[in-house]
Order: sequence, then C-alpha cells, then structure tokens
Amino acid sequence: MSSAIANNPHAQNLVDYAATRPDVIVLSGDLTVATECHKFRDAYPERFFGMGMAEQNMLSWAGGMAREGFKPFVHTFSVFLYRRPYDQLQMSIAYPNLPVRLVGFLPGLDTPGGVTHQSIEDIAALRCVPNMTILEAGDATDVESFLELTDAIPGPVYLRMLRGEVPRLFDAKDRTVFNRARSLSQGTDITLLSSGRCTEEALRANAAIQAKGISLNHLHVSTLKPFDDPSILEAVAAPKYGVVTMENHVRTGGLGSAVAEMMTDHGVGKKLVRIGIQDTYCSGASLPFLMHKHEIDAVALIAQVEALIGEKLNITADDLASVRVEDVKARSTEQLEAL
Amino acid sequence: MDNSWKTQTRKVAFGVRKRVLELTIKNNGCYLSQTLSCADLLATLYTRSLNLGPSQGDLIPGPNPGPPGHNGVLPGHGAAYNGAQSADADRILISPAHYAVAIYATLVETGRLSADAFYSFNTDGSSVEMIGAEHSPGFELTTGSFGQAVSQAGGIALARRLKGETGRCVVFMSDGELEEGQTWEGLQCLAHYGADNVVICVDVNGMQCDGATADQMQLEPINSRAEAFGAHVVVVDGHDVEALDQAINHTDHKGKPLVVLCYTNSAQGIPLLEHRKPKLHYVRFGSKEEIATYQDFLDNWTFEGDAQ
Repeated sequence: MSSAIANNPHAQNLVDYAATRPDVIVLSGDLTVATECHKFRDAYPERFFGMGMAEQNMLSWAGGMAREGFKPFVHTFSVFLYRRPYDQLQMSIAYPNLPVRLVGFLPGLDTPGGVTHQSIEDIAALRCVPNMTILEAGDATDVESFLELTDAIPGPVYLRMLRGEVPRLFDAKDRTVFNRARSLSQGTDITLLSSGRCTEEALRANAAIQAKGISLNHLHVSTLKPFDDPSILEAVAAPKYGVVTMENHVRTGGLGSAVAEMMTDHGVGKKLVRIGIQDTYCSGASLPFLMHKHEIDAVALIAQVEALIGEKLNITADDLASVRVEDVKARSTEQLEAL
Repeated sequence: MDNSWKTQTRKVAFGVRKRVLELTIKNNGCYLSQTLSCADLLATLYTRSLNLGPSQGDLIPGPNPGPPGHNGVLPGHGAAYNGAQSADADRILISPAHYAVAIYATLVETGRLSADAFYSFNTDGSSVEMIGAEHSPGFELTTGSFGQAVSQAGGIALARRLKGETGRCVVFMSDGELEEGQTWEGLQCLAHYGADNVVICVDVNGMQCDGATADQMQLEPINSRAEAFGAHVVVVDGHDVEALDQAINHTDHKGKPLVVLCYTNSAQGIPLLEHRKPKLHYVRFGSKEEIATYQDFLDNWTFEGDAQ
C-alpha cells in the first residue's frame, strides 16, 4: 500500500482521455475548476459548454446531445447531479438509456460545504434507477481508470469522484477493473468491504487489527451498480465472524444495502455490520471531523470489529497507520473558493 | 374545392378534430380540447412548414417494445413517423405528451399512421399510449413530465450545429408548461448559445388541468417574458394556417431562438363545448342525451373549406 498523493488527477486524465475521442464533450454547471474540467476547457474549447447554474436544463440538454451521438460528461458536485434534477436525470437520460456520464465530485462528507453540498444519499437514489451504472472512486487510480471503463457502457454512468489532493492507494498501472473488487488483504476471520473515501480509513485500521491476530479479507469496491461481482459473493460467504461494510454514505441504500441484498438473494447466513452515516443530515466541517463524528472512520471500524468478535483489541490511535487524511481546508485556495 | 395548400392543411386539421371527437365519444373521454386548440398548428407543421421526409414507421405499429436499453430497443424510435433523420430535415419534438391523441390523429390524416392503429389508442400493450413516450408514433422524446423538451431540443440543436446540420429543431409545446421553471432555464440557454435552429411553437389555449391559466397561474405577458429571456417572439392566431406558416418559416430570427405564440381556442370547431370552459382538461360526456348530442354533431360535421 502506498500513501502517495496525486494532485488533481482528473484534470489531466480527462484531457488525455478526450484526445482520441472526438465524441467526448463536457458540460459544466458553473464549477469548472472545482470539478477539474478546466484543463479540458482550455484544451478543447469547442467541446466545452458552460451551462450556468441550471442543473435541470443541463441534464436534459446532455440527454439531447447524447441522442445525437456525443458523449456528454456532465461536471458538477455530486449533490447537484441528482437531488434537484432527479426527474430530468430519469426522463431525459436514464429512461432513453443515453450515454451521459454524470461526473460528480465532493461526495458524501467530502465537502466542508454542509448539508446543501453533502450527497449522503446519492447512491441510494441512483442505485434504484433502471439503466444506471455507478462507479465510486477511492483513490487516484480509480479516478484515472473510470473514464476508459465507461467506453464499454452504452447507458448512463454516475461517477462518484475525488478531486484535489487524492490519495494514491493503488499502483497507477494496476488499473481498476469494471465490476471487480480490488483485494487489499486476505484473511478468514472477517470480510471487510470498503468503498470510496472509506477505503483509506479502512486501510489505516487494517494493519492494526491484523496485528491483533484478526485476519481481514479486505476488498475495495468501486462498482456499486451492477452489484453481482462473484469475488464479493465468494468473500461474504466465507468469514468466520461476519462481514463489515464501510461507506461514505447513509446506511440505507448504498454499499451496505447492496451487500445485504446480495447475501439475502444467495442465502448467505453471515452477520453483516454496515458502517455508514446514521439516518441523519450532517453539518459543515472538515472531513476527518465529520468522519469521526458520524463514525465512518478507522476508529469506528475498530469498534465494530470488536463488537463482531466480542472482545476488545486495545488498539490506540498511535497504532493506526498514518495514512494521510487531508483536511480540505489545507487544499488550494482556488478550490476553496468554489464550494 | 380549391386545392391550395391552405385548404389542404385546413382539411387535415378538420380531420384531426373530427377523428378525436369520434374517439372521445367512443371511449367516453379523451384529450379533446387540446386537440381542438392545436389541430391547425399541427396540420401546418406537418403539411406545410416543416421539411419532414416520408414516414419510416409502420402504418400499423407493432406492440409496445418496452423501454430503451432492453432487447435492442433504441431511444427515440417513435420519430420514424416524422421521416428519416438527415442533415437538412427538420425535427418535430413534442413537449406536451398529453396531446398524444392529436399527434396520432395528425399522423393518420397525413398518411403516416393507419386509422386502425389510431383506434388502438390507450389499449393494453399498444405503443399508441394515452400519454405518449418516445416509442409512440411521432414522439422522439419522453416528455410527459413537463418542461423538459425545450432543454432536450437545445442539446439536439447544439449537437446538430456541431455536426454542421442545417435542419431545425421545432418544439411543439403547451402554455401550461411555461409554469415549469426548467422552461425558462432552457430558453435562457438557447439564447446564450444563439440557437437560431430552434423554433418553439406554443399552443396558448389558456387552459390547464385545474382551469384557466389566468386563474391558476398568471403567465402573461408571455411575449415580453420570452423576449426578456432572449428569444425572438412572434404572436399569431393559432387557427390561421397562413399566419402560422408565415411566422414559422418567414421570420428573421438570426442568432436567437424563435418562439411562436399561437393563441388558440380550446373549443375551436365545436361550439357546443364553449359552455364547459374552463373545465376542459379531459372531456367526458355525462348523460346519454349529451352523448347523443355530440354524436349528432359528429354525424353532421363536414369540412367547410375556409370557414374555420
């Protein structure tokens, strides 16, 4: 595991991706630098369209352009892609199964912008939309892999992305595979499925837990819909104690729910602990503060593992690997202005 | 009878009205008033103003194929009834899907759909749905949730401009949809991108589900509102086919989307209905006597040339 940082990985990756794909266009909801599509704007101004702050129009407009053979990559914050324009997303894009790519940033608690900016239920809202594919990035390699993965997907895709200083948890050359979880550690006691921002947190706790003699079969999940990866099914059926899921999302409708549905559908009779935001809205603060407050961080994972195995592990904060969790306030001024 | 285009167009409009009245009596209920208000506009678009090729759809459409994305069903295939899509062909994009029966009737009267298919309207398994979607004859978009067609037309029009296509995107919409905020988002964006390949024809019949728009949500002055959002606006009598064609095809609106406000009467052609205003959203006849009255009107309703 690496704890390197990639700076603005989407920005250049989008330019490189579009270089050989003339059908790729970008629509931006007045968040061009904030969603790292400014380099695309500068490289291909004829393929970049600012749509102002009018998301309902932007999504329907994207559907119209997709009907004519273009691949619109719609850029805004995750929350603005689905919460206001949910009807447009469904009737102008998802129903006709059009190749619109909804590129959403600052998912879940990733934003210090508070409740209006926190897409804490986006996966739930979009997982039930027919024709939709959902990918969530947990590191820079995910971010850099996703655009190419969309090439083989004929319908709409929601990309739950990371921006700015993004952790590089996985080798850049070891590209993410569609509908295939990434194995982070192997073990027989507990199966741990983490996604998005929570994978970095889970990795902080992973070594400390295993050092106490509890082995973890840890998988990083980046394809949230469809959800039929055979390696996940195999993993949830195997552990001695049970399965733990961990996500930057409410406990309802996201990764934990998808795993519960899979286990139910396949008659897997293991305990399942779903770590996620409780049934509550959240307030504006830094990511580490919010992840701790809402118990979706490394400390929360250790507590849930202790509950599952029925004993205390006596892990201290010093035992946690010092994997970086960047405070968003330390990020660039340019991005801070664009919240 | 004179064979001028105007007479032929009016004859199509007459056929549309008569056919939908017949269906309204047969089914005891239909979107009749919408048909009465828009028939002249649809007839003008299909027979005169637009460059639409021959229908590519089957005269008798197959059963509803299901949603796009499954079993190879492609989006927008109802548009085949409006002709092959080509660089210079116009597109007609239906916004108020509740007007579907009027669209189907227009397709029948212009030889694009069989009368038998028309009578499968709103029957189980038929693609000739009551509130049409993009698998329904004449429909390129799925617009039963109002206000989304203008924005989609904008995307299509911008894409066609990028591809160097010269055909126009003509949106047929209703006035009630002007209450949707997205309509205005769409209009400001069309103006921002100078989308003069978009023409929006609004059937301003002044009616919506709960009653007269003036009582439910005041829309006027529509012309100055649309102008303020950057459109070129023309106001016409929506039952005057010559004025409609003049506005749609002979207005200089370079650099701006064109909005044609077609003021209409939702009882046009059937004076019997006047007294029921403003409760005309979905017309049903109450008693046997009332049905007989309308049946008698239908039986004796003949085309009177210019006398629309």
